[in-house]
Amino acid sequence: MYWNWKKGGVMLGLTFFLAVASIKPIGVSTQFVIADGIIAAALDPTLVQKDEKAKSGYTSTNAYLNKSGGKYAKSVAKPMNYSFVFVLSMFLGGLLGRLLTKKKPGSNVVRQIPSVHARRFGNKVILRYSLTFISGVIVLWGARLAGGCTSGHMMSGIMQTSISGYIFAGAAFLAAIPTALLIYKNSGSGNE
Amino acid sequence: MNNILLAILLGTLFGFVLQRIGAADPDKIINMLRLKDFHLMKTILTGIGVSSVLLFAAMATGLLDSGHLSVKSMYWGVVIGGILLGTGWAISGFCPGTGVVAAGSGRIDALIFLLGGLVGAGLYTLMFGVLKSTFLMQPLYGGKTTLVQTGEYQAVLTTSPGWAVAIAIGIALIGIGAVLPGNSNEES
Repeated sequence: MYWNWKKGGVMLGLTFFLAVASIKPIGVSTQFVIADGIIAAALDPTLVQKDEKAKSGYTSTNAYLNKSGGKYAKSVAKPMNYSFVFVLSMFLGGLLGRLLTKKKPGSNVVRQIPSVHARRFGNKVILRYSLTFISGVIVLWGARLAGGCTSGHMMSGIMQTSISGYIFAGAAFLAAIPTALLIYKNSGSGNE
Repeated sequence: MNNILLAILLGTLFGFVLQRIGAADPDKIINMLRLKDFHLMKTILTGIGVSSVLLFAAMATGLLDSGHLSVKSMYWGVVIGGILLGTGWAISGFCPGTGVVAAGSGRIDALIFLLGGLVGAGLYTLMFGVLKSTFLMQPLYGGKTTLVQTGEYQAVLTTSPGWAVAIAIGIALIGIGAVLPGNSNEES
């Protein structure tokens, strides 16, 4: 049902190379801040304002949006920018991927509850949703502290032999492997 | 080409590829992290290797300017943030990018992960003013540093040319991907 590792690896590598060759390395987690900023600026129009003295031309009352000369403030004020549209387009890519997947007869392409979760905890939807919500909070708070996520630090970073990329990947796997082993123990072999 | 058009094409391609390699499937992620299924690990290692070989080959031949590189700074927050991301990644099976792709493919649990993500990113945005003057943000290893020489950033290795070392590392990553045990189920 999924591409084999050779085809998948080459396609993934080509995608990362095409992105860096045409614009810049791929990154995702910053755009969660931009999305928050767009929502907050709609509620409070004083959050982001034009400022000709700022490097980006925009300033914010929030220290994070205002950092690096108001770089994020500008993206909030102008959501039709490369990085934000890139991440929005990933939703479409995910949908196309699912629609073009060859289905085995009778199989569900998208499982709403992962098998590992069902085997460990049963088909408890509320528990699954609670776990993903809390994880979302932890993952994005951590990604913003680190200055990048799996795409920006791990993939784009190691592609460029960035020291922060190697260390981020090491830290993420060091935490992720014991956590997965602990939470999803007795969840079967991994094969259906 | 128009930047917005490029963003739509590349973003859609990236989302499509992540879905087709199984990275947006939390079962695949969690079973990789449980060391039960290395299919995705093989794919990711190959992907990083291929992109790195192409990138440094393009820079070595002058097809690409090293100004395209964008290396992130190293500081304590990278370690702490990496640990937090790894923990949530293992619990949910989603990271920021694959959460977006999985939600796009119709998963409600991924959509809820994204809502949590907006809360987490929002909390960080509010807390940054306090965090920025702590030890968490102090640069380590000189901040923006690469392993090999690129001409853009300070480098750990003085071996010249840097691109040859980077290509060797890229090939080694593909090699590790190739020798990890495979799982031929669910592949096409």
